[in-house]
Order: sequence, then structure tokens, then C-alpha cells
Amino acid sequence: MSANGKPKFAMYWAAACGGCEIATLNIHEKVLDFDANFEPVFWPVAMDGKVKDVEALEDNAILLTLFNGGIRNDENEEMAHLLRRKSQILVAFGSCACEGGIPGLANLSSLDSLFETAYDTLSTDNPENLRPSPVYEAPEGELHIPRLYKVLKTLDQVVPVDYYMPGCPPESHQIAAVIDLVIQVLQGKAQLPPKGSVIGAGVSTCCDECDRKRNVKKISKFVRIQDVKEIDPELCLLEQGIPCNGPATRSGCGALCPAAGAQCIGCYGPAEGVVDFGARLMTAFASVIDSKDPQEISRILDGIVDPAGQFYRFNLAGSLLRAGKPAWKW
Amino acid sequence: MSEKTTFEPVIVGFTCNWCSYRAADAAGMGRMKYAPNVRLIRVMCSGRIDPQFVLKAFAEGADGVMITGCHPGDCHYIDQNYKTMRRYELLRRTLVQMGLEPERLRLVWASAAEGQILADEINDFVETVRALGPLNWPKWEKEETRQLIEEAV
Repeated sequence: MSANGKPKFAMYWAAACGGCEIATLNIHEKVLDFDANFEPVFWPVAMDGKVKDVEALEDNAILLTLFNGGIRNDENEEMAHLLRRKSQILVAFGSCACEGGIPGLANLSSLDSLFETAYDTLSTDNPENLRPSPVYEAPEGELHIPRLYKVLKTLDQVVPVDYYMPGCPPESHQIAAVIDLVIQVLQGKAQLPPKGSVIGAGVSTCCDECDRKRNVKKISKFVRIQDVKEIDPELCLLEQGIPCNGPATRSGCGALCPAAGAQCIGCYGPAEGVVDFGARLMTAFASVIDSKDPQEISRILDGIVDPAGQFYRFNLAGSLLRAGKPAWKW
Repeated sequence: MSEKTTFEPVIVGFTCNWCSYRAADAAGMGRMKYAPNVRLIRVMCSGRIDPQFVLKAFAEGADGVMITGCHPGDCHYIDQNYKTMRRYELLRRTLVQMGLEPERLRLVWASAAEGQILADEINDFVETVRALGPLNWPKWEKEETRQLIEEAV
């Protein structure tokens, strides 16, 4: 408890883009309820704060920590351990913390090739061919920057996590609902779900929330959405040959992307009971392809130009294999 | 024992109840020899083989995975093995992108009468994987893996 009697709150970003914080600040007037019930003690995006202040707190001093971003370097990992120690409830917040997210796709490549892409491509202006070095001898002394890991890890691969809140980013109304729930728990009006639960999301699939018309699926081609001249506004996108990740994706977002005419990309993570998101999606796609001829099947599948990116866009680091061989080859 | 240790690949083979498992049975009854590296797992239909099973096998130490089923058109459940055919192709493409040699995953059709064909395929597959060497997909929970991931750049 703080001096004002309010329970402490923290939000931290590791390997993330900042979208999760924007979605959190997007809860509109709910922010007043939040302020009335919580004392933010550490939230680098929204307020000034120092790591040493967190270190100075007693263990378990923070009631709720929303941790977004994957674990890409040793600083991320150190902060994960620190916040785990100081928090009663640690939530893996957003796709990156839950399953690696977009930064987790780097798990398909070696560190060398990542550096090459970032520092040594035609479009990069780097005449001195600089590369980041974990240690730098400056005249004033030795400087250190965080050490990059070969493979990005999810939060629960590093520390025990109490709850998972998927989404890229989690929808603001879901965040508001979770904050409401915690407030009700504080007032003794509700109970927390069992540890390890997915919160702020549904238990079904994105398809269940999608208003598009569905028929028996028979797919004879896959096309990238940017190559489709006219998208039928009513019909299931998968039936139009657009690889839509809805069948394997957890509900909770309200199927916003398909409603707007864009395919589901799977940011809400695997639906209830699914171990490996990509595998489930492969099963779904393979089941609805309308061909029994190996050559034709091969031609249809050529329409999915980047299978690993399609099936594991948000889930690679949290999948069964976790990373491609180029990343971990040692 | 010779000092030179030969690599014995670990192969997981999924067989369907109606054709390929019976082919393996027929191979046994006919005393046809096939490599003991393969661990056969029987499922009701090759269409039951979730790609998760294959990924889990690779993640937990298999050097190769063989998916077997009835010949196209002969499926006990009408057309489920066509789904297997398509899943295999999707899985193969994805695994190749993850740096896995495509030869480590093989799809074989064998009817209940084709014990010899199945035995030959198993032997050929074992030798193919043996030539590729161990896969050694990381055991992520192990301390040594953690150190390798976090090793200085």
C-alpha cells in the first residue's frame, strides 16, 4: 500500500513497440477509476521513474504489474525478474509478452543476419559500418548496453506469470474490463480467476465473433489481400482465398479486422486448448483446400508465400519449436 | 564395442489403423526386417495426425518423422488422407523456412498388403536421416540452452 492507501501499479515494456501502453491509455474516462484505485509507481511511458526506486520497494509491494514485450536482451530479463519479485500479480500483457509477437519473428534468423539487415543494407546510411557493441570504452569510463540474446523469449519462459492478456495490442475495452475486475476484487465484490488463466479475452475463436457469411469452405486458390481487386464485404475472407487466421485465433477482439475487410492475423493468440497456433492453423487451412491432386495442392499452397510468417506471425517464440535453426544453430 | 560410435537416428512413425499399421504388422509376420530406429505410433487415421504431433516429436528429440497412411482413394474414412497430404505439404514448407532439412519429414502410402514397401521406406528413411546427422533441436528448458541463447554477441 502507498502512503495514500492505494495499491501500487506498474507497467513495463521490454521488447515491444509501445502500442500496449497506448491501448492502456486509451481507456478514456476509465482512467479516472484507475486513478482513484491505484497508485502508479513505475510506468516508463507515462511517468518519470527509476529502476532503483523499484529495487527499493519491498518484495510483493506492487499489487498489479502489466508487463508487455518479449525478452530480447539481458536488460529485459533483469526487469522481468525484478518486477516478478516486487509484484503480487504479474500479467503477461499483449502478444509479445504472451507469445513473442512480431519481434519473435526474428527467431527465424541468425543474429548476424539481423545486424546485417539493421546496419548494412542499401537503404541504411552507415558509412563507418558501425555495429552496436555491448561494451564501449569512452574517455569517461566503460559504457555498457544490454546484451542481445540469440533467441527472443516470452515472459513465462523467464519468470512465472500469473495471467495472460493477449492482443496486439489488447483491446482497450478488454483492458478496462480487467481493471474493473481488479477494482471489484479489491472491494471484495469479485474473485480473481485461477492463476494461469487468459484474461481480457474470450474462449472461442475469432470466427465466432465475425459477422461474415460462412458456407462449406472449398478453397481453390490463396491470394494475398493486396492482390485482391474487390473484396466481397459479406463473405468469409477465407472462402475468398484470403488466408485469414481467424479459425485458430482466440476471440476477444470482436473480429475487428475482418469487419474492416482485412484478414485476421492472429494477434489474440491460440484459441482455448490449442498448444501450437501454427499447427492448428495448418490443420484448418489444409482441411478446406479443394483438391486431391498433389500438383494442384502444391500450386494452391504457392499462394501462401510466407508460411512461417503466416502461421506464426505472433506465436513463434511461444510455439513448440520456438525458433528456426538459423537462430539457434550453435 | 568399437570406439567409433555410429549415430542412430530417432524416428517417430505415425501409422494408420487400417492400412499402414497393418502393413507394419504384415512386415513383421512376413519376417521382413526393417530398422529398429522407428518408433511406430498407431492412430485411427492419418487424418488424425495433427501437425502438433509432428512439431512435438521434433521439439522433443526426433531426428525424423514419418507420416504414413492408406493410398489416396483407399481411406477407411473416405477422404481424410487427402487432408494428410495437404497438411504434410504445408508442414513441410513451414519447417523448411525454420531451417529444417525437408528430408527429415516423409509421407508414405502403404496398404495393408504392402509390408515390404513400408519396410523398404523405413530403411531408406533411416539411412537418409542418418546421413543428415542428428537434428538436436534445443531442449529449451535446459540450463546449457539458456547459456547458449544468452552468450555474448
